[in-house]
Amino acid sequence: MPEGFKVLGSGPLATLQDLGRPGHRSAGIPPGGAMDRFALIAANRLVGNPDGLAALEITRGGLILKALGPALLAVAGGEPSLRLNGSVAPAWTSFLVSAGDRISLEGMDLGERAYVAVRGGFLGQLWLGSRSTYALAGLGGLGRRLGAGDRIDRGEIAGAGVAGRRLEWGLRPQYSGHARLRVLAGPHLELLLPPARDQLLQSEWSLTEECDRMGYRLRGPAMAPLATDLASFPVTTGCVQLPPGGQPILLMSDHPASGGYPVPVTVISADLPLAAQLRPHDRLRLELVDLDQAAKARAEQRAALDSIRS
Amino acid sequence: MVDLSGGTPAALNARARALARLLQRRRDVEEAVIGYASVTVHFDPEETDAERLRSSISRGLKAPSPDQVPGRLHRIPVIYDGPDLADCADRLGLDVAELVRLHSATTYRCFMLGFVPGWGYLGPLPASLRLARRSVPRTRVPAGSVAMAEDLTGVYPIACPGGWHLIGRTSLPLFLPGSGSPAVLQAGDRVRFQPVDR
Repeated sequence: MPEGFKVLGSGPLATLQDLGRPGHRSAGIPPGGAMDRFALIAANRLVGNPDGLAALEITRGGLILKALGPALLAVAGGEPSLRLNGSVAPAWTSFLVSAGDRISLEGMDLGERAYVAVRGGFLGQLWLGSRSTYALAGLGGLGRRLGAGDRIDRGEIAGAGVAGRRLEWGLRPQYSGHARLRVLAGPHLELLLPPARDQLLQSEWSLTEECDRMGYRLRGPAMAPLATDLASFPVTTGCVQLPPGGQPILLMSDHPASGGYPVPVTVISADLPLAAQLRPHDRLRLELVDLDQAAKARAEQRAALDSIRS
Repeated sequence: MVDLSGGTPAALNARARALARLLQRRRDVEEAVIGYASVTVHFDPEETDAERLRSSISRGLKAPSPDQVPGRLHRIPVIYDGPDLADCADRLGLDVAELVRLHSATTYRCFMLGFVPGWGYLGPLPASLRLARRSVPRTRVPAGSVAMAEDLTGVYPIACPGGWHLIGRTSLPLFLPGSGSPAVLQAGDRVRFQPVDR
């Protein structure tokens, strides 16, 4: 096995994440995986990996790695402030490291999560086809968050990869602390009376401090509670739940597999990367679109990622 | 999401299970997940002809409900010594022995899984055992805790936060992460709790 990395610092939350383990919702297991899939795939492609290899998902920075051998790396997601042996290094660009090099991701100039991909992928426990860490069950990857002193190994794939491969700013998602998230009508939009519906779709919402990989609690104008008692049903990433308190919850990668709160709208998959980069106190608006617009947004995003391949 | 209506909760759930089984056989369906009275269908809009899927769902809904599938029967041994047992009995106007007898005398149906890995929503609970959830959920409930709330009962498969009343515990694991199908319970299974001393 090639030499991997020693973790000297990990920040508030760093875990292994790949594209997750969809297909086990019937067992109560959430799909998990990277919160910002665009950044994960971009980082993987920049080092010449298949899309689904595991990367490090770094929350808010604080990561310090020491390379134990040569490797090709790329960091993507928001605007991470990255240093290699103390010198500023560009994100969204592949770069080579040698044994003894120190890679530090000090913080995020914009956004909340950065992805560190290495050619060959990071190794960890494969559970149900994914190395993504699912913290609640202590499974996948390291089964827990990274900590100082950990050693993480990497895999090997044929070929060498290219340093200096870059994804231009204009092709990256337009991350912002004032996000506009496009949504599709969910199963319970009609349960909202027109004034409440307008309120949901026209208000500015802010993220509370209660935000994690399971979901974000939002704060905004008090919405009239819905007098409905729904039987629990399976939910998915991007669902916006409306609990009786009238303050929505946006479900993210590690969401509980089922819920009983009405789901008036669901964030389109192309905008989940924008949601993944929101921090507590950031603002968002929800904008209703139709399925065709959602498909178009997805195709545009795929085209941006495909530019890394060409 | 396919929402079902018209029928008793048990009948709607049986229809949801039958529809999910039907859809799960299609190659263009990634996963058909069972709810109480609904099925959430996951598919790739670029790989699936949504209209064909829609008409297949309509046909599936029109087909007569299958006979009640018996479902596997799980016997779960329970030590009835939960921290909320006495309080529940008190609030229900029962003595503890009567609560235990009622809880263990019913064969429950697993309506759906959700909440956390391996958690099955089991019901219906006898009417005389129904209590609202705890007003303040616990931040950590031990794995194996047997709990009830409203018209349902269940077993916490892993340690996690929870708002149900804890009436006992079982040593039978309901979440087997090393297995290819980690959830022991499946929607449609039946569950019987058996009181044991230790």
